[in-house]
Amino acid sequence: MNNEVRPLTKVLLSIVTVIIAIWLIAPMLIVFPISFSGDPSFQFPPRSWSTRWYESFFTNSQWMDALGNSALIGLLVAIVGTALGTIAALAINRSTSRLAQTAQTLMLTPMIVPPIIAGAGIYTFFLKADLVGTIFGFVMVHVCLALPLVVIAVNASLSGYDRSLELAAASLGANRLKTFFTITVPLIAPGILAGAVFAFVTSFDEVIVAQFMVSPALQTLPIMMYTSVTRTTDPTIAAAAALVLAAILVAFCLYQFVVVPLTRRSRKQQVSE
Amino acid sequence: MANAPDTVQFSALSTEAIRTGGTGRRRRSAGGTRTLMLVLLPAFVVLAVFYFYPMLTVLIAAFNDPQLGWQNFQWFFGQQVNLDVLGRTLLISFWVTVICVILAFPFSYFLTVVTPSTRSFLMLIVLIPFWTSTVVRTFAWVILLQDSGPIGAFMKLFGVDSLGIIRTPTAVLIGMAQVLLPFVVLPMYATMSKIDTRLLTAARSLGARPSKAFVSVYLPLSLPGVASGALLCFVMALGFYITPAMLGSSRDAFLSTLIQGQVQGLAQWGHGSVIGFVLLVVTLVILGVAGYVGKKTGGSVQDMVGGSKA
Repeated sequence: MNNEVRPLTKVLLSIVTVIIAIWLIAPMLIVFPISFSGDPSFQFPPRSWSTRWYESFFTNSQWMDALGNSALIGLLVAIVGTALGTIAALAINRSTSRLAQTAQTLMLTPMIVPPIIAGAGIYTFFLKADLVGTIFGFVMVHVCLALPLVVIAVNASLSGYDRSLELAAASLGANRLKTFFTITVPLIAPGILAGAVFAFVTSFDEVIVAQFMVSPALQTLPIMMYTSVTRTTDPTIAAAAALVLAAILVAFCLYQFVVVPLTRRSRKQQVSE
Repeated sequence: MANAPDTVQFSALSTEAIRTGGTGRRRRSAGGTRTLMLVLLPAFVVLAVFYFYPMLTVLIAAFNDPQLGWQNFQWFFGQQVNLDVLGRTLLISFWVTVICVILAFPFSYFLTVVTPSTRSFLMLIVLIPFWTSTVVRTFAWVILLQDSGPIGAFMKLFGVDSLGIIRTPTAVLIGMAQVLLPFVVLPMYATMSKIDTRLLTAARSLGARPSKAFVSVYLPLSLPGVASGALLCFVMALGFYITPAMLGSSRDAFLSTLIQGQVQGLAQWGHGSVIGFVLLVVTLVILGVAGYVGKKTGGSVQDMVGGSKA
């Protein structure tokens, strides 16, 4: 990359970039100090400090149940969504059928069509089918929303994939199943892992469709946070938000410093082979 | 996702999402339609039952709930309130797109001229908000923008008594632009990183002033990335729900908010459905127009949207 940018331009550009970077990051960091505030209002900077919102979060069974539900649903979505999405991505990638493209477009629809439209339909569907407030209903709907991300992540790892390795395994006598688990899966593992992380995060953050599926008995964490800002103004949300943000930062670091280097290594290996 | 392959992976994400035609390269032979359909069956059963069927009921209900006829459309287009919401959704999405493009352009350009390590760092900054829950992020904006928040306290020093931003369209714009900026930066950067800067040198050596060279050479070459980022941003903005509901007043409702209110709040299933129908049509029309323009100008939608081939 040859960069013949004049020094003045570069200085101006860096100033603009720093401002944008602060605008992107700073608003989120405010969640941490506010969660240790002693006042029930979200005044910033807080006048006094305490851990009362954390206490309130961890001792309130409603918040804890919501956290448990969200974690369980997210985990199940990651498992089911990754399995279905990986198989679908492989099938579409390998098929010679004209329908493959249509199938791909259909699978990616949930990413583009505003989720509220499906949400409204799911509301009446779940009322009729008696699925409101069930883990099963939640997982199935979230799997649909997560599928596009899994398909895309797996597709990306397939783009550098050398199919001749499979042929080599087959010619050495491995059957299809063995080839799949000993050659294909390890090679696209980073894509599958990325897909699983995307699927979990999608489900763990989801509010729009979730609000049509929750019942008084089954709440999720984002729904609790959303209603406590828009309706109940329960300051416990500050602690909840800080915990979610911390968890996401951990997941992000895991992805950035474990999954991404893995992807790079497996790419390099494939190239060197 | 700090370097090129991962950026490409992300931009594939946007590319694939709007891929519309049957132009994808099909490689190798290992199965016809029947095998494909058999293997895809589990995923499609789930999608059909828990996504497409509910969505279809909404689209059908727009025409036949409570009885067959145009009454829902008459209701939607006959009430000024609804048309105002439609107009507002389009207008705010438009301004969010403008803001994001204006901010993302220098940011993405800067990414192409800095050292790789700085670039990795800036990419991290772009991607962290992309991962963070929208509710948490919007909650942070509620704290920041409220009258007793830090910005309000700062403005008091200058004699401004009440900031008055929270629960206005301005607050919605600020919050939405922050959520959507990563989706504009990534395709834009993907396109810009592939521009051959020797073309600029050539333009200058032929006597063009640097600014002229930039406008007449670099800008047109970066347009596919700009267009794809803008398209993605606009389409996603149309369906926004959480940010307008948390940062705006009840008068700043988006179409999505209106749907939720009609369906869950007022149990007006037909009314909610017709709004959903309108929202879907608007989204598809915009994608269709973008695809048509893309074809006319030589690139297909996937090139516009992805800015790069994964």
